Amino acid sequence: MLTIDRAIVDAIIAHARRDHPDEACGVIAGPAGSDQPLRHIPMENAERSPTFYRFDSMEQLRVWREMDDRDEEPVVIYHSHTATEAYPSRTDISLAGEPGAHYVLVSTREPDVEEIRSFRIVDGAVTEEPVRIVDATVDPHAVQTYMFGQSPTTVDYECSR
Amino acid sequence: MAIEVRIPTILRNYTGGAKAVEGAGESLADLLSDLDAKYSGLRGRLVTPEGGLHRFVNVYVNDEDVRFLGALDAKLSDGDTVTILPAVAGGAFGFAAAAAMLGNRL
Repeated sequence: MLTIDRAIVDAIIAHARRDHPDEACGVIAGPAGSDQPLRHIPMENAERSPTFYRFDSMEQLRVWREMDDRDEEPVVIYHSHTATEAYPSRTDISLAGEPGAHYVLVSTREPDVEEIRSFRIVDGAVTEEPVRIVDATVDPHAVQTYMFGQSPTTVDYECSR
Repeated sequence: MAIEVRIPTILRNYTGGAKAVEGAGESLADLLSDLDAKYSGLRGRLVTPEGGLHRFVNVYVNDEDVRFLGALDAKLSDGDTVTILPAVAGGAFGFAAAAAMLGNRL
């Protein structure tokens, strides 16, 4: 399960919409070992392509060093698919090099639909996981009724496959 | 001649979990041969069978990407730090095209 703040999800989606139709990519860093994605780092897509992304190598070195210095790790690595579903392609799977990260995909194929999914990719094996979006800005006492599967401060997205 | 080599998570199974190891060599190619003698298999993850640096691995000498320093011919000096990072890449890009780009190493 990936637990992530609504504000960070909004920032990822805004980044993906802004760079559409090119793929957008980035990192959410968090304290090492915490599994908490807290610091959003939008990265340059050095390929500037609608079908491929690659972190700029010099920016990656700088960001990875900075995480090291802050005792952080890349908790989430995200990118967008701009014409297809938010599911890892065979290229994504082959090139996944951070076995500890949540690989988050968003799709911007529908302008009004928020499509965000999370995966573990280890040794070529993909496992989808639920995404729990936590809204830290909502007072949990302000809402008295809510639907099954939701609480006032969280929305659980089940895996769609 | 000691060179510090920083190892990414995904390759630490070759170094017994160590985040950084020491090696020696006058060039990156020498260094990788030296490391492979101690950490068998490591070189094969960085260098293709044709003898080039793998396209989706980033190697840096101090603050420079070795692609701008002559790749495997990059010169090393005592006290240099070599950092290895897996490239972060992917996308909806066609698999056949990616395989061609990678020299069918997918």
